[in-house]
Amino acid sequence: MVTGGVATGAAARGGVVTGQPAGSGEVHTGGRAATGASPASSGAVPGESGPPTPITLAKALNLGLHAAMAADPKVIVMGEDVGTLGGVFRVTDGLQREFGEARVIDTPLAESAIIGTAIGLAMRGYRPVCEIQFDGFVYPAFDQIVSQLAKLHYRSAGRIRLPVTIRIPFGGGIGAVEHHSESPEAYFCHTAGLKVVACSNPHDAHHMIQQAIHSDDPVIFLEPKRRYWEKAVVDQRPLADLASDTADTAGGADGLHRSVVVRAGSDATLVGYGPTVRTCLDAADVSATDDDRSLEVIDLRSLSPLDLGPVLDSVRRTGRLVVVHEAPSNVSVSAEVAARVTEEAFYSLEAPVLRVTGFDTPYPPARLEDHYLPDVDRILDAVDRSFAF
Amino acid sequence: MPGPPPVVGEPNAVDLDLPAFVADLTASDLVGLYRDMVLVRRFDEEATSLQRQGELGLWASLRGQEAAQVGSGRALGAQDMAFPSYREHGVAWCRGVDPAAILAIFRGTSLGGWDPDEHGFALYSIVVGAQTLHAAGYAMGMARDHSEGAAIVYFGDGASSEGDVNEAFGWASVFGTPLVFFCQNNQWAISEPARRQSRTEIFHRATGFGFPSVRVDGNDVLACLAVTRWALATARAGRGPVLIEALTYRMGAHTTADDPSRYQTAEQLERWRQLDPLDRLRTHLRAAGHLDDHLERRLALESDTLAQDLRVRCQALPDPDPMVLFDHVQVTDNALVTAQRAAFIAARGDAPDDIDGLADDSTAGNGSTGGGSGSTGGSSTGADGRDVGDREGTVVAGEWHGSRAAW
Repeated sequence: MVTGGVATGAAARGGVVTGQPAGSGEVHTGGRAATGASPASSGAVPGESGPPTPITLAKALNLGLHAAMAADPKVIVMGEDVGTLGGVFRVTDGLQREFGEARVIDTPLAESAIIGTAIGLAMRGYRPVCEIQFDGFVYPAFDQIVSQLAKLHYRSAGRIRLPVTIRIPFGGGIGAVEHHSESPEAYFCHTAGLKVVACSNPHDAHHMIQQAIHSDDPVIFLEPKRRYWEKAVVDQRPLADLASDTADTAGGADGLHRSVVVRAGSDATLVGYGPTVRTCLDAADVSATDDDRSLEVIDLRSLSPLDLGPVLDSVRRTGRLVVVHEAPSNVSVSAEVAARVTEEAFYSLEAPVLRVTGFDTPYPPARLEDHYLPDVDRILDAVDRSFAF
Repeated sequence: MPGPPPVVGEPNAVDLDLPAFVADLTASDLVGLYRDMVLVRRFDEEATSLQRQGELGLWASLRGQEAAQVGSGRALGAQDMAFPSYREHGVAWCRGVDPAAILAIFRGTSLGGWDPDEHGFALYSIVVGAQTLHAAGYAMGMARDHSEGAAIVYFGDGASSEGDVNEAFGWASVFGTPLVFFCQNNQWAISEPARRQSRTEIFHRATGFGFPSVRVDGNDVLACLAVTRWALATARAGRGPVLIEALTYRMGAHTTADDPSRYQTAEQLERWRQLDPLDRLRTHLRAAGHLDDHLERRLALESDTLAQDLRVRCQALPDPDPMVLFDHVQVTDNALVTAQRAAFIAARGDAPDDIDGLADDSTAGNGSTGGGSGSTGGSSTGADGRDVGDREGTVVAGEWHGSRAAW
């Protein structure tokens, strides 16, 4: 089943309004963070009427956090620089002013403590939303995430629930220094007890963050930092007011753990998540123009658990699958997708599942990251190889 | 308590009038503390025996630390919350946790075993020091909720080197959380002496973090009770955290898998044996006329009864139903785990009666990835709609509670 309808899915989710010319490949946004430009500083504000205004992904998150905090007094935002500053990407901009220092907490620079104390707060009935400032800074909190947060529900035979959301700006492409461009999702997908999601566009960002906060399970919420500035119109009605097109969501937007087709196609299937969904869409544009190929693009959205239903449906029609992410290939999300698709749709495949990923190297100096990151050319090369089988 | 910013950094507690904090104790209370320690030691001895006889996979003995644990544990009120490490059997006793639930963890039939909220006693934490941060966060929540209680967290001299413990010190201090750090310095982190952890006294560290601390004779149950009462009062009053270093000694091995003879001298052990916490209180009680032969015989009998009861119940602890393996991975269903459970059921080929209600709708989601059959099992025995999440672990809910019953 294709959620939301193939033909309208992408537009309905606002994923196509980017200000980027189709087929232009990657837009290098390096330096924006460093110069202090705020991706969350523009766009609509709650309650504003008038024609819908496109807002950035960062602003969509900001408004989603605002909505979640307004809806539930137990929601607490905590992290480094999230209060007065509003976060280094301004995703929490204005929240402390609105909700006070007691609910938007500038914490000590102690990642393990941010997660460890969030566990304690959750045991006390709170619903903490932790910000880890950058992907590469999550590792000091690794034990608290994988040995404590992920396992306490199981350890307690279900008595303890830890509704903790961990927001992590992830991925590269902003010209950053080391440890600011990584894709650590596989570590967390490998850990039972965690849910891992990645938003790719403003509309999803707005709703998925609210769904993650609403979840009674711990959620690793990955934000594609180089897409923070992308704009789209976002339906900001409360989740409950949106028409539901899936069964498993409390609100009306696409269920948090549903993958969706964001561009319909018939010749081959591209699967991405987070920042590479845009890259896949760009590749599909180019392929349609240059090669007259119709590529279907699927946004995984949920990395753990995986929702491979739409992927399998697609592969059964196209017979060809290319999975794209920035993380290295070895024991990665794409490895899992390839294995599972091979198990479930072996006789539908016309070619092996191919992958376009970051290299199995440390993340390189920023001046080399365009070589490291999957781009339109590498994706289309993989598509060509798939057709060559 | 919330309100004005907490005043932390109270001078070290050198002028404490500790006797005032235990001035209310009656002779019966004192005997009650002795009873606690005797029973806890007997529980511990029985657990060690059970391990030696193959009934437990492992046991971490608290021998020597009874006073630190009973003294601090009896200072806690119903509104307080304790966060243990993995050796706090004496505190668990004081919080009314069934000792058999602790045995279940070391027998390997359970990972947890009690309701933290019911007992004001969190689950054991095996990763050293991790629980200090949970306690710091929980204490933050208590302050927000205008709770009249405080939290106390137990850790050891070895844990004092962990980053989490130091992060918890800093966190609790800057937020002024109502938290008592209770460090049992039992001199050993498995084989490493406390001097390998720190060149300063552990209790001195609080000064650098900006909150008060005190070192107490951890083998003196009254001193431990008094100082913990003071610390809890300080925390409950909104004056932020306190660090207590209870100087004690691990009389046994780190665990039953350890051999202390490789690193501990007989002289060292003998020196601390002379300071045995049970002997010290017993001497006091006998001298004061609170404890006579008759009472001691009754206590010995009660100990024997406890040990016998625990032995029987430990041996009766069943292996969990294998289906428990798949329970409570997450609050909401996970299609992958659901499919693996279904494949597991199919592979076992159990009679339907045994798996009634366990198989889920395995055709939803992503199909099987386990069991090697490529099938989702085909079982539909879950059609009765029973919520598998209702099945709890198999820890027996015993009737024994570590109450301070009068006798």
